[in-house]
Amino acid sequence: MSSVHYREIEGRSGGFYALLGALGVLILAGAGAGWYMDHHGHYVTGMSNRIVWGTPHVFAVFLIVAASGALNVASIASVFGRDLYKPLARLSGLLALTLLAGGLVVLVLDLGRPDRLIVAMTHYNFKSIFAWNIFLYTGFFAVVALYLWTLFERRMNGYSKRAGMLAFIWRLVLTTGTGSIFGFLVAREPYNSALLAPLFIVMSFSFGLAVFVLVLMAACRGSGRALGEMMLNRLANLLGVFVAAVLYFVVVYHLTNLYIARQHDVERFILLDGGVYTALFWIGQILVGSVVPLALLFGPASGGSHRTIAAAAVCVILGGLAQIYVLIIGGQAYPQLMFPDKEVTSSFFDGVVAAYAPSLPEMALGVGGVALALALTAVALKVLPFLPQSLADGDAESVGA
Amino acid sequence: MLRIATGIMAAVLAAAGFADSGERRAGRVAMPVVKIEQGEACVAATEEMRRDHMKMLLHQRDRTMRQGLRETRFSLKNCVECHASRETGSVLGKDGFCSSCHAYASVRMDCFECHTPLRQGRTAGAPR
Amino acid sequence: MSPDRRRFLGWGAAAAAGAALAPAFRLIELAQARSPEEAASALQRWGLLIDITKCADCDVCVTACHEENGVTGHGRPETDAQWIRQVRLRDKRTGYAQTLPLMCQHCEHPPCVDVCPTGASFRRADGIVLVDKHTCIGCRYCVMACPYGARSFIHEAVSGQKADVPRGKGMVESCTLCVHRVDRGETPACVEACNRDGGKAMVFGDLNDPSAEIYRRLRSEPSTQVRADLALNTGVRYQGL
Repeated sequence: MSSVHYREIEGRSGGFYALLGALGVLILAGAGAGWYMDHHGHYVTGMSNRIVWGTPHVFAVFLIVAASGALNVASIASVFGRDLYKPLARLSGLLALTLLAGGLVVLVLDLGRPDRLIVAMTHYNFKSIFAWNIFLYTGFFAVVALYLWTLFERRMNGYSKRAGMLAFIWRLVLTTGTGSIFGFLVAREPYNSALLAPLFIVMSFSFGLAVFVLVLMAACRGSGRALGEMMLNRLANLLGVFVAAVLYFVVVYHLTNLYIARQHDVERFILLDGGVYTALFWIGQILVGSVVPLALLFGPASGGSHRTIAAAAVCVILGGLAQIYVLIIGGQAYPQLMFPDKEVTSSFFDGVVAAYAPSLPEMALGVGGVALALALTAVALKVLPFLPQSLADGDAESVGA
Repeated sequence: MLRIATGIMAAVLAAAGFADSGERRAGRVAMPVVKIEQGEACVAATEEMRRDHMKMLLHQRDRTMRQGLRETRFSLKNCVECHASRETGSVLGKDGFCSSCHAYASVRMDCFECHTPLRQGRTAGAPR
Repeated sequence: MSPDRRRFLGWGAAAAAGAALAPAFRLIELAQARSPEEAASALQRWGLLIDITKCADCDVCVTACHEENGVTGHGRPETDAQWIRQVRLRDKRTGYAQTLPLMCQHCEHPPCVDVCPTGASFRRADGIVLVDKHTCIGCRYCVMACPYGARSFIHEAVSGQKADVPRGKGMVESCTLCVHRVDRGETPACVEACNRDGGKAMVFGDLNDPSAEIYRRLRSEPSTQVRADLALNTGVRYQGL
C-alpha cells in the first residue's frame, strides 16, 4: 500500500476551469428548473396524474444506482483483496458519494414540497421502502466516508478491509432498496417482481463501472497521468461481464412475464407495440446498452484501445438511461389493470396509454444532477489526493509487492 | 416541519420582542396591525396567545386530522371566524390579522397554502 | 331479459326499497353522529355500496363531489385533480357496456399508506383513508402504489378552497369519503346527490353496524370488490359488476 503515491490533481489549467464553468452553468440551470417547478407547480412539466414520476426520476434513479455501483472497484480491492485495484479505491469511494449526492438532489428538488425535506427526516413510516431508503442513503454517505477515512489515514489503513466490507454489504442492501421501490408495487403489472432487486444490483454494477471508467480516463488524461493498458483492460473485461449479467436478468424478467398469460399485454406493450417505449427498449436498452458494448469489449474487432473502451462505457450509460426510462415511465404509461376483460374509458385516462414527453425543466433538473456529481468529483480531486500519481502498469503492479 | 418551524417562530418572536423594547426598530419596520374585530375575548389570554398560538394550532391540527376530533376552541377555522378583517373577510392581506404580524416577525406561515383565509360566517364559533 | 326491462325492474326495486328504508335510514344516520369531542373509533368502518345496475349514465356524483370539496380544474385534464370519476366499461368479448363511479376504495390494507415515507397517507380508526397534507412532501409514491388510480397530485396553486377541505399545491389528495360531513353525521356528497338526482345507486354506512342498510345488503346480496385479487378488503363495494 505504501508504495502508491497519491496526489491531488493540479486543477489550474484552463481546461479544468472551463470544465467547472460548464458544469456550473448546468448546475445553475438545474437549480433554476427546480425553482421553476416548485414555484409554478408540476403542471409546467411533462408529468401528470398518470405519469407522476418523469425524467427527473430517470436521472435520479440512474445516479443512485450508479453511485452504489461506482463503489465496486473499492469493494474488489478491499473486500476481495485484488491488489491491482487498490490504487483506484479512493476514486471509487469518491464517485459513490458524489453520484449519490447528485441523484438525491434531483429527487428532492422534484418533490411537490421540497421545503418540507425536514419532514422526511423527522416523520417515518417504517413500512415504507422510501423511508428505509432515507436511512440507507444517509447511512451510505457515513459508511463510505468512514471507508475513505480508513484509506486516507495511515493509522487506520488496517481497518480498511472491515470498513470496505461494511460498505459493500451496505451498497447491496441500498440497491435492493432502490429496486424494491418498484418491485413492491403490487398494483402495477410492469413492476411487482422480486426480480427487480437483483436486476437493480447488476444494473448498478454495470452503470457504476461505466461511469467510473469514463471518469478515471478523463481524470488521467486531464491531469497527465499514465493509465496502464492492463489496468484498463481488466476494468473493461469486468464491464463486459456486468453488461452481460444485466442482459441475462432482463431476458429472465421478460421470459417469466411471457410465460404468464396475465402479463401478456404488458409484454406486448414493451416489446411490440408500445411506440417510443418499444423503440427505447430495443434500440436504446438492448442494442446500444447491451449488444454494442459487448461487441466493442469482446468482439473480434475490439482492439482494447482507450477509445473503444470509452465508447463502450458511453453506450452502457446511454443504454442504462433508456432502460430506466422504459422501466419508470413506460411502466406508468401502461394502463393499470382494474377490470379484466373490459375496455375501460374515463375522463381520467383510464385504460389508455398515458401520454408523456420530457419537458425542458425536467431535463435541466436531471442533467443538473449529473453536472453536480461531476463538479463535486472534480473539486474533490483537486482538494484531496484521491488519485495515484501514476497508474502505469508497472507502478500499479508494484502495489502488491 | 411545523415542530421545527414552531421552534424558529418562538425564537424569532422572542427576538422580535427584544427588539421591540428599543423604539428605533419600530421606526424601520411597520408595526403589525392587530385589530380584533369580533368576539369578547380570545380562547386564551393575549400573552399566552402571542407566545403559544402555534402550539395550540399544531395540537388541534393533529387531533382533528388523525382522530377526527373537531373541537372548535383551538381550530384554525375558529381563529379565522373572529380574526378575519371586516372589509376583506380575510386574515391575510396587508393589514390581515395573521399576515401583518407574521410579516413583522418575518415568520413564514404555511397554513393558508391549503386552508382558506376567509371567514365563512355561518358558524361564528363562540370561544369555549 | 332486455336491458330496458332490466333497468325498469331495477328502478322499480330501488324505488320500493328506498320508500321502505328511507325513514329507518335517517334514524340510523342520526344515531351515528359523533360529538366533536369523540374520536373516530375502530368500532365503526365506513363504507359504500354501489349498485351499478342502477347507475344511470349521469355524472351527478362527480359534480356533487367536486362542488362539495372545492375541486376545480384549470382546463388541463392531465394534471387537474379528480376525486371521483365515471368509468365506462365494455366487455371485450360480448360488448356488454356498464358505467360506474370510481374513487378511493378506502382499503383496510391500503397500499398508499404502506408506501408513504412520512406517514402522511394514513387510515383513520374508522376506516377512512386520508392524506395528512401537513406532512405530505409530494413524492407521489402513493399515486404509484394505488391500484385504483384514485389519487391526484395538485399540480398548481389552488385558491378558493372550502373551509372544511384544505387543498394546496405540491401535495397529493383523494376522496376523503367526505370525512367532514361524516363527522357531522351526514352522508358523503356523492351519495346524497345520487339518491336525490341520480340513479339511487349508492348506499353509505357502517360496515360493522348490523342495523345499517349497507350491512344487511352486503350480508344478503352478492357484491364484489375491484381488484379483489389484491386482498385489500376495500370499504367500497360494487354490485352488478
